[in-house]
Amino acid sequence: MPAVSMTVNGKAVTGNVEGRTLLVQFLRENLGLTGTHVGCDTSQCGACVVHLDGKSVKSCTILALQANGAKVTTIEGLASNGELHPMQAAFREHHGLQCGFCTPGMVMSAVDLASQNGDPSEQDVREWLEGNICRCTGYHNIVKAVQAGARAMRR
Amino acid sequence: MTETGIGAAVKRKEDFRFLTGRGTYTDDINRHGQTYAYILRSPHASAKIKSIDTSKAKQAPGVVAVFTGADYAADGKGGLPCGWLIHSKDGSPMVEPPHPPLVADFVRHIGDHVAVVIAETKAQARDAAELITVDYEELKPVVDTADALKPSAAQVWPQAKGNLCYDWHLGDKAAVDAAFAKAAHVTKLDLVNQRLIANAMEPRAAVADFDRATGEYTLYTTTQNPHVIRLLMGAFVLQIPESKLRIVAPDVGGGFGSKIFHYAEEAILTWAAGKLGRPIKWTAERSESFMSDAQGRDHVSHAELAMDKDGKFLALRVSTIANMGAYLSTFATCVPTYLYGTLLAGVYATPAIYVEVKAVFTNTVAVDAYRGAGRPEATYLLERLVDKAAREMKMDRIEIRRKNFIPRDAFPYQTPVALQYDSGDYHSTLEIAEKKADVAGFEKRRAEAKARGKLRGLGFSTYLEACGIAPSAVVGSLGARAGLYETASVRVHPTGSVTMFTGTHSHGQGHETTFAQIISSTLGMPLESIEVVHGDTNKIPFGMGTYGSRSLAVGGSALVKALDKVTTKAKRIAAHLMEANVADVEFKDGVFKVAGTDKSVPFGQVALTAYVPHNYPITELEPGLEETAFYDPLNFTYPGGCHICEVELDPETGVTQVVNFTAVDDVGRVINPMIVEGQVHGGLAQGIGQALLEGAVYDSGTGQLLSGSYMDYCMPRADDLCSFTVATHNTMCTHNPLGSKGVGEVGAIGSTPAVINAVLDALAPLGVTDITMPATPHKVWQAIQAAKPAKAAE
Repeated sequence: MPAVSMTVNGKAVTGNVEGRTLLVQFLRENLGLTGTHVGCDTSQCGACVVHLDGKSVKSCTILALQANGAKVTTIEGLASNGELHPMQAAFREHHGLQCGFCTPGMVMSAVDLASQNGDPSEQDVREWLEGNICRCTGYHNIVKAVQAGARAMRR
Repeated sequence: MTETGIGAAVKRKEDFRFLTGRGTYTDDINRHGQTYAYILRSPHASAKIKSIDTSKAKQAPGVVAVFTGADYAADGKGGLPCGWLIHSKDGSPMVEPPHPPLVADFVRHIGDHVAVVIAETKAQARDAAELITVDYEELKPVVDTADALKPSAAQVWPQAKGNLCYDWHLGDKAAVDAAFAKAAHVTKLDLVNQRLIANAMEPRAAVADFDRATGEYTLYTTTQNPHVIRLLMGAFVLQIPESKLRIVAPDVGGGFGSKIFHYAEEAILTWAAGKLGRPIKWTAERSESFMSDAQGRDHVSHAELAMDKDGKFLALRVSTIANMGAYLSTFATCVPTYLYGTLLAGVYATPAIYVEVKAVFTNTVAVDAYRGAGRPEATYLLERLVDKAAREMKMDRIEIRRKNFIPRDAFPYQTPVALQYDSGDYHSTLEIAEKKADVAGFEKRRAEAKARGKLRGLGFSTYLEACGIAPSAVVGSLGARAGLYETASVRVHPTGSVTMFTGTHSHGQGHETTFAQIISSTLGMPLESIEVVHGDTNKIPFGMGTYGSRSLAVGGSALVKALDKVTTKAKRIAAHLMEANVADVEFKDGVFKVAGTDKSVPFGQVALTAYVPHNYPITELEPGLEETAFYDPLNFTYPGGCHICEVELDPETGVTQVVNFTAVDDVGRVINPMIVEGQVHGGLAQGIGQALLEGAVYDSGTGQLLSGSYMDYCMPRADDLCSFTVATHNTMCTHNPLGSKGVGEVGAIGSTPAVINAVLDALAPLGVTDITMPATPHKVWQAIQAAKPAKAAE
């Protein structure tokens, strides 16, 4: 099996994977980073969003080998020293999560939006999150959380 | 109200782990030496299995075992039971066909369970499954609900003649017929309540483990009710005593009803783990979820409403065909009967109601409870019918509702369909919603939209539902094969912190916070000192789990009872410590005091005394401070309210946008308003989803599931919805100690008809009078085109 190496949440990691192994499988099964979730098999739901070299990607949509040499950040790498990242804090403050399953993907996706647009409108957020499905919240509080989180990230 | 107690919008205790990726969902669990299961599923809706050849698969790399239905049957294990026996009009019991976890002779729907491959890796299991050869003789399926009873329809089960499972009825037919005979006007409506797929974001998963040393089975599974699974699977399917079977429902990523039921995969994995002596994991791929999770709704109905000349309702007559799918899922049979027929009074004082429901088998995935379960179907039917009646009677849609509401002073109100409502105030919820939705300003907005070439519509739904299921004796007399009480244990630790164990289960609802708030209020302690445990049959008392918006109304009531026992005992200990009469001891804000003196002891000291009973009334009182309570509800609870939807349609494209949505609900006592609002938001999204976006579509000829992925089944996304205006106006439940009614389902129950009524209001000027759900752009556009010639001819 081919070897793959990358930096995940600031740590250098290596592993041997099958050619067909997806990045999300590598993260969950090889590295035990189970915060990144799999909610579908058609790259629709966005539960698996991570950052690849700073940009949000669906980790079910790329092979582990394609991430060779890349810097990957997962939901586990977002908080530092036990302090929630401003986007995570905003989701808590605005009750932007219920069952928590879509949440890691939502948060990672939202952080990418906020890094590009520090003051997104409601419509900006709704359009950006088109690739992240939530079945619990009706998105109402997620939208509020993302707007507040983006503003907090500017501070 | 304290900052952390009842009524406070406390931030959730569970959020930190979910936000940092440290939740533990079933697929996150791995056991030492674990293998992986892949289920080979039927590609046909109906076929005879002539032969199965698993020899090549068994030789494939990494394969540990391959089992078929014949292997399962040879071990003498049972089928999946149905939990509710319905009797037909003529007194005969429903037809209950067998439901083997692995089928041996026939497949009866796409996705039916044919074989299981267990291998060292997931990929090996899947690869090996491709080497299994099944020789099928394809048979003609019956697919559509409305076709199932036709004489020409194919038969799903030989024992269910004409595909009929039961032919049930409720109400006074003679009284209804008499009322129709003298009616000034009768409004008639044919309706389809389409099939939906629950689509919790976490796909179902299970990990089964068998300990050869102790003979104990452990099943980690994505369920809303671990004790129900233990009871059903242990007693009826695999014959494992409760003492040797542990069910763990860890963090569960949404349920919406679809994770109530005992599923084939749970039994297959547990059985196979025992045979192999190795842990086995199975995680559904989303496409498997689409064809194996129980689906929802799927009614075809005809309704007639008799009125006097002033639009006063005289009687309601309803006839419904309800699709069960190919097998009876755990609670499927009660959904279109006791959760539907009994709800047909709604908020209206209709004096006579008669409903008949024919449940049918088809070659489709089983149908069971999905958020609201029966009550959305009843509400959709009533609210569409009332709107149509208003149009035909040339009455205002609000006026006809007000005229027929059950009056404020009529409670307790006995409906003609068995239920007795304890409280409600439908006039107020409507009035508040009208103001919040600015109904008065709507015509101006409609005119402004028209100037832009758009069509605006406003739709109403005044609804009621029954939740907090339910008094055990009542449901037992109606065919339930279980009690429906709930349990709570409160363990006060020696240093005064508390662990609470609940028989309910949280899969997004925030029980760890809500129940902690009740404890915080009662015992006067901070939330940080309270832990709520759920989901593990080895830890929690026997309880029935979470569905039907029952966790707070029933489980919360059990908690109140357990806390009463704790404080009663603690008072006696405190009285002893203060050398006072127990009758003189008061307990407030975590401190026991003797009335009229300066004597006091804090709760923590009483807790310590209970466990270190050196100075203790030991001859009168046992040491320790831990109490369990079972609460059996006295009645259902009856949340209700008013939902108002405003849509804007583009007549050129048929695209409908929900531009405003207002929900004013009566949910009884609110413990955490933030969580309550969140529950309503989520329900609204699902209700709007049914109205505009979602639908399970099977090919009528072949029974193939055409909407089998997120590419084809339209889930509501952020850009399909608007922000919602939600509020509560609460009357208290009169028969439980909290006064809470439940909030989990109101959003999904009330909203759907409001959306469709709004769409029809927008289209009314074009002459469109009906549309089927989901009202997709294509359907709206077609309705507009179809109405054009008729309109032109007028």
